[in-house]
Amino acid sequence: MLKINNLHVKLEAEDKAILKGVDLTIEPGTVHAIMGPNGSGKSTLSYVLSGRDGYVVTDGTATLEESDILDMEPEERAAAGLFLAFQYPVEIPGVGNMTFLRTAVNSQRKARGQDEMSAADFLKVIREKAKTLQIDADMLKRPVNVGFSGGEKKRNEILQMAMLEPKMCILDETDSGLDVDAMKLVSDGVNALRDAGRSFLVITHYQRLLDHIKPDVVHIMADGRIIKSGGPELALDVEQNGYADLLAEAEAQ
Amino acid sequence: MARAELTQDATEARIAALDLPKGGKWATSARNDALARFRAMGLPARRDEYWRYTRADALNQPTATEASLFDSRETMVFDKVDRLRIVFVDGVFDAAASDDLSLAGIEIERLATAAQADIHWAKDLYGVLETRGQTPVKRPFAALNSAFATDGVLIRVTGAAAKPVSLIYQRGSTQADAILHHVIKLEKGAEMTLLENGPAAARFNKVLEVDVADGARFHHIRAQGRDHERRAATHIFAQLGSESQFKSFTLTVNGILTRNEAVIEFTGDDAVAHVAGAAMGDGDFHHDDTVFVTHDAVNCESRQVYKKVLRNGAVGVFQGKILVKEGAQKTDGYQISQSLLLDGDSQFLAKPELEIYADDVACSHGSTSGAIDMDALYYLRSRGVPKKEATDLLVLSFLAEAVEEIEDEGLRDEIVGRLTGWLARRGG
Ligand SMILES: Nc1ncnc2c1ncn2[C@@H]1O[C@H](COP(=O)(O)OP(=O)(O)O)[C@@H](O)[C@H]1O
Ligand SMILES: [Mg+2]
Repeated sequence: MLKINNLHVKLEAEDKAILKGVDLTIEPGTVHAIMGPNGSGKSTLSYVLSGRDGYVVTDGTATLEESDILDMEPEERAAAGLFLAFQYPVEIPGVGNMTFLRTAVNSQRKARGQDEMSAADFLKVIREKAKTLQIDADMLKRPVNVGFSGGEKKRNEILQMAMLEPKMCILDETDSGLDVDAMKLVSDGVNALRDAGRSFLVITHYQRLLDHIKPDVVHIMADGRIIKSGGPELALDVEQNGYADLLAEAEAQ
Repeated sequence: MARAELTQDATEARIAALDLPKGGKWATSARNDALARFRAMGLPARRDEYWRYTRADALNQPTATEASLFDSRETMVFDKVDRLRIVFVDGVFDAAASDDLSLAGIEIERLATAAQADIHWAKDLYGVLETRGQTPVKRPFAALNSAFATDGVLIRVTGAAAKPVSLIYQRGSTQADAILHHVIKLEKGAEMTLLENGPAAARFNKVLEVDVADGARFHHIRAQGRDHERRAATHIFAQLGSESQFKSFTLTVNGILTRNEAVIEFTGDDAVAHVAGAAMGDGDFHHDDTVFVTHDAVNCESRQVYKKVLRNGAVGVFQGKILVKEGAQKTDGYQISQSLLLDGDSQFLAKPELEIYADDVACSHGSTSGAIDMDALYYLRSRGVPKKEATDLLVLSFLAEAVEEIEDEGLRDEIVGRLTGWLARRGG
């Protein structure tokens, strides 16, 4: 599904390398998790994959189902099936949440040569999905993320993901700022989308999210590299012992 | 030659190029008074503080600069709206193209005809609000208008007008220099909606005087667009009685020179006035909103909401003032003027002013200039919305606060449709 090869990224504004050779292969239908200390480059990886300005790829490749995504515009990556649930969802005053979602869904359909979804069909689908995420009619009407609580913003990200039905979903700290109930809602939303043709990359700080969204592979990222990969037990190890031992071990190599 | 003499010469040259229309007693005296006012104040000069951001040359010169006719297959705004149509071609009423001027709840007369009558209800209004609006700031083109206006409508609203009255300004010549003057009197508790659209003339000077009596409600939606080469100076003078309501929205797209002045005065308590504008310009576009709201009554609410989208060197101007006179307690005054600059070449010049002589008031004003929010743009694009459409969506959302001042949903949709069309025609 997603194949990242020796990815090196620096900032555009200053000569500072952030990603220093990331290698990652995610097979269709699998869930990968990335954990790592603050500032290790997890968000940067998600931004570079989704096409945010401000970063320069100095080396390496990233392909989504064999197509090179690093040369694509952000909207083309989205249409190709990539989705990023933001760590900090953006507020857009003046644009209704519903309008935003309908525009997004139809833009992607158009890009793929499909017919636009009718207003009635769209309404039916969104109501159903919003309900399972406990997003009420008011939240759909309000401007995108404006005045939303932290948890509401994260639920809204998952609603977008559910509506857009991407193949490759990247979740950047979707658990941050969520209480136990909200975490359950969000995880259920994600789990409902799991299927053989869809992959997930779950970036998180805490093991607790991984109790709900069970990963197949766990990676540890530090200083712009993946320093260790393993099974779900790696996340438990981090939870109990912290990163110190892992970092020292990587240092020693 | 001294500067004052230069201005005087220009003023006399401007007067000499026009004919004072003939009419009955009331009209002749109103016009003579207006001419005297105009002479006394003279045309705006470059040093004139009130014209600091807008050059009046094209409005000052004796004749209109030619403006090519605009050919568009696009339907006109408001075409789908059920309304009473009153058509002016190059500033002259066109009876054949207009609807029958009768409508329940309303009396409509042509200025050109009414001015012939010896006695007329309009005599207490024509040029009267304009005269009041000349203090403390002079507005020479409005005085010029009252003196030389050749056509227009006089409307008296006695009940709830059955449908909107729509003034449609069409063009047939490349150099028409049109001067129109409308007077609207809403009697107690009356209500009407006035629509205005169309390019009007190569040069257009228009005055609209609106007297809103106690408890009456006036809605005004105007669309200025299409002919990029037009040069226009327009004035709205409104006076509000107690518990009355006045709402005016203007959409402006294109235009080498547009100066829209709105002069609103609260004379009765508990009244509400909202004036709003959304303007979009590209290239040699110059748009000036100059607003003056005077609170001279208790517990009135005023809102000024002006938004401008500028690109490729377009210039937007906002001069807005809230004057709260002594005793105008419980005034709620709000003013916002914002520009969205789509590139580094465009310019927004704003002069927001508050002058308050009462102590128990809540007034706020703000003015900002900004670019497209790059985070929002990226967010939209990351959801699959192409850059051009994402930008357009953000432009529309920027204008939303102004557009939302239009209460009627159907009319609001008409305006949004125009905005969307304009954006679609522009490249990315
Ligand atoms: N646009 C930026 N400007 C300056 N520094 C940045 C920028 N983006 C990322 N960084 C820096 O890159 C490093 C990695 O950041 P980030 O990817 O957000 O880490 P993580 O998500 O793992 O906490 C940090 O040191 C951060 O300060
Ligand atoms: Mg992060």
